[in-house]
Amino acid sequence: MATDIEVTSKELAIHVDPNRERLLREAEKELPLEYSAGWSDPEAYFFKSGRGVSRETVEMISRMKNEPAWMLDRRIKAYDHFLSRKMPSWGADLSEINFDEMYYYIKPASEQGKTWDDVPQDIKNTFDKLGIPEAERKFLAGVSAQYESEVVYHSLREDLEKLGVIFTDMDSGLREYPEIVKRYFGTVIPYKDNKFAALNTAVWSGGSFVYVPKGVHVAIPLQAYFRINAKNAGQFERTLIIADEGSYVHYIEGCTAPIWSEDSLHSAVVELIAMKDATIRYTTVQNWSNNVYNIVTKRAVAHENATVAWIDGNLGSKVTMKYPAVYLLGRGSKAEIVSAAFANQGQVQDAGGKVWHCAPETTSTITSKSVSKGNGRTSFRGWLKIYKGCVDSVSAMRCDAMLLDKECRSDTYPTIEVDEEKVALGHEATVSKIGEEELFYLMSRGLSEREAITQIVNGFIEPFTKTLPMEYAIELNRLIQMQMDGAVG
Amino acid sequence: MVAAPATNAPVHQSPAGGATLAIRNLHVNIDSREIIHGIDLTVNKGEVHAILGPNGSGKSTLAYALMGHPRYAVTSGEVELKGEDLLAMSADERSRNGLFLCFQYPTSIPGIQMGNFLRLAMKARFGDAAIKTFRKELTEKLRILKMDESYMRRYLNEGFSGGEKKKAEILQMALLKPEIAIMDETDSGLDVDAFKVVADGVNAMRGPDVGFVVITHYNRMLEYIKPDFVHVLIGGKIVKSGGPELALAVDQHGYQPILEELREQGVEIELMEEAGATYAREEPTEREHDPFRSHGLTGL
Ligand SMILES: Nc1ncnc2c1ncn2[C@@H]1O[C@H](COP(=O)(O)OP(=O)(O)O)[C@@H](O)[C@H]1O
Ligand SMILES: [Mg+2]
Repeated sequence: MATDIEVTSKELAIHVDPNRERLLREAEKELPLEYSAGWSDPEAYFFKSGRGVSRETVEMISRMKNEPAWMLDRRIKAYDHFLSRKMPSWGADLSEINFDEMYYYIKPASEQGKTWDDVPQDIKNTFDKLGIPEAERKFLAGVSAQYESEVVYHSLREDLEKLGVIFTDMDSGLREYPEIVKRYFGTVIPYKDNKFAALNTAVWSGGSFVYVPKGVHVAIPLQAYFRINAKNAGQFERTLIIADEGSYVHYIEGCTAPIWSEDSLHSAVVELIAMKDATIRYTTVQNWSNNVYNIVTKRAVAHENATVAWIDGNLGSKVTMKYPAVYLLGRGSKAEIVSAAFANQGQVQDAGGKVWHCAPETTSTITSKSVSKGNGRTSFRGWLKIYKGCVDSVSAMRCDAMLLDKECRSDTYPTIEVDEEKVALGHEATVSKIGEEELFYLMSRGLSEREAITQIVNGFIEPFTKTLPMEYAIELNRLIQMQMDGAVG
Repeated sequence: MVAAPATNAPVHQSPAGGATLAIRNLHVNIDSREIIHGIDLTVNKGEVHAILGPNGSGKSTLAYALMGHPRYAVTSGEVELKGEDLLAMSADERSRNGLFLCFQYPTSIPGIQMGNFLRLAMKARFGDAAIKTFRKELTEKLRILKMDESYMRRYLNEGFSGGEKKKAEILQMALLKPEIAIMDETDSGLDVDAFKVVADGVNAMRGPDVGFVVITHYNRMLEYIKPDFVHVLIGGKIVKSGGPELALAVDQHGYQPILEELREQGVEIELMEEAGATYAREEPTEREHDPFRSHGLTGL
């Protein structure tokens, strides 16, 4: 029998900046109270494919990118698989996605900018408004900005470049480092993984390629920012991160889109490979507008003593389905999957995490915090598998859901399969409402009802927020406040 | 059945005219059962009123009703705070207007840091200007209450010992500078040292700008905080009021002589036997055994 849990593991919280609290508070004063990234730019694109996807579309994308034959071959196989594969029968309702309406490839500019000034004015303005160049100057080691299907700008600090760190868009990665890409592309997520992984493999464009050499510690984060602009746009970026032995990297992604009444589709594939003793920390603050289907496949492999942390915040989108996963392949490897979701009126956040323990002395934690408001729905899906022989492994799964209204809903679907007896397991799920006593206590100290509820919700999410660098914690608090204030039917 | 006792709170007039807190014939229901059967009490700034009474007599119910807890329904009577209708205000308005309740069982709320919470409360009560002097004031109050700075980074009351919770209540009271402060058994469950610190904290606040309602069933508290007026609350009514000597009498002889005296006057008192010990706002269960918190994991 599995024994009860006694888990210790590396603390994920970020406590670096002593001024964190003060800065967080100051930032709160300037909160805009509605979806503030909802503007759109006029379409002045270098190239835009027709609606729908076909074998020709796939070939055309590959041809425009001048790809090696193996990649075209892979795309075609994936496309065939996409056609033959049924839509998932579980999870969120995807029946309204109209694959024939979407634009699968939009190239905004003829080439990538070397500096921000090279980026077309409208697009540059958009990223300025989103604060990307400013963030790059202030606290990032590198930036990648994707607009529609292509990365329009990317940068990496020179000192990191000299150390051999590679941070570029996936298309350039394929051109400039063909062997590495060929060796690892699709190894963590084969196109047969699921229908959307197949679609991504068929029409992928953009995304990041990151390689961190042995022993290199990239102390400050790399960030990728994804922006969808056009109506009915599909964005299919493809990211591959390889952290070589003993290295460390923190990669952060953010995203927004205009508010259209037509749906858009964001379907990314992200593969992480953490070699022996390496650590990859992958943080997402997802803030798509409420017309975006966000269906993303994220998986990692962790070799001996490696650590992979998926930190996944989902606030935006119409429907999100995303379950970051880790295959613990090496002895002593660790997985931490921390997610937070906020489902407001009309939103479905179907999230969670999966871990496969394939070696002894491996550790995993899957934790989720979700808040539902209005008729919003959150679901947590946790998957845990411990194979026979993975002795002394430890795993804990926990999900806490908070319901703010009568109409909203939260479901939990944990699946736990353990074939080894000498392991320690913990599993817990809670559902709560805002307690009358908590509310009264805060109000008796002068906080208005709305303030008190926001505080309680922020407090509930806080274990997630504190895993974020300060700038992102500010963003998250702002987004939550916005959700709290937004009018709800 | 309860009949009105002959004695009642003496009427005190504040120098400015109207009383700071004036309670008239207050009736309170919990879940449509009447718990408070008509209370009159007048409290002015500068005064300390003690309310004594056995367990289950309705002391906390009175306190919660005054603070505006939604479950405590006022069915009749009037309450004025500085001449304004207290009962028409929401709990937060009551607080911002200068009423404060030291909870008998303070609620713990995970994820909200004490320091941030205090700052928000100060801002709610005094506006943005208060933020400027907040640090300085906080440091001073922490010193008086022998509390460590590290409190400020802990979650609101979470995992606090009984003594820590009570100190944290006094800290909030000291910062929010209420005009009327109700202290609900702030003295119970404290060891001698914590008790001394809490009592000193209250004494340091005492002065012409604040009126206290000190609910207790021990005389211990009243030896430190000398009350001007003492009221005995039994069966949802104030059955006797007097000066400090009344507290002494209760301490020495208990409530029995008072009950007998009332019986001689033909007044029947309904003692609420359950002694209020079985209700939801009893000490909430802590999350201490949560493996995710206690093993230094992600903290989730
Ligand atoms: N939350 C509650 N729900 C139902 N009844 C309650 C609740 N709290 C108190 N009561 C009732 O009110 C009476 C008075 O309780 P309380 O005001 O807590 O007394 P005291 O503070 O004087 O010990 C109790 O005896 C009990 O019958
Ligand atoms: Mg009580």
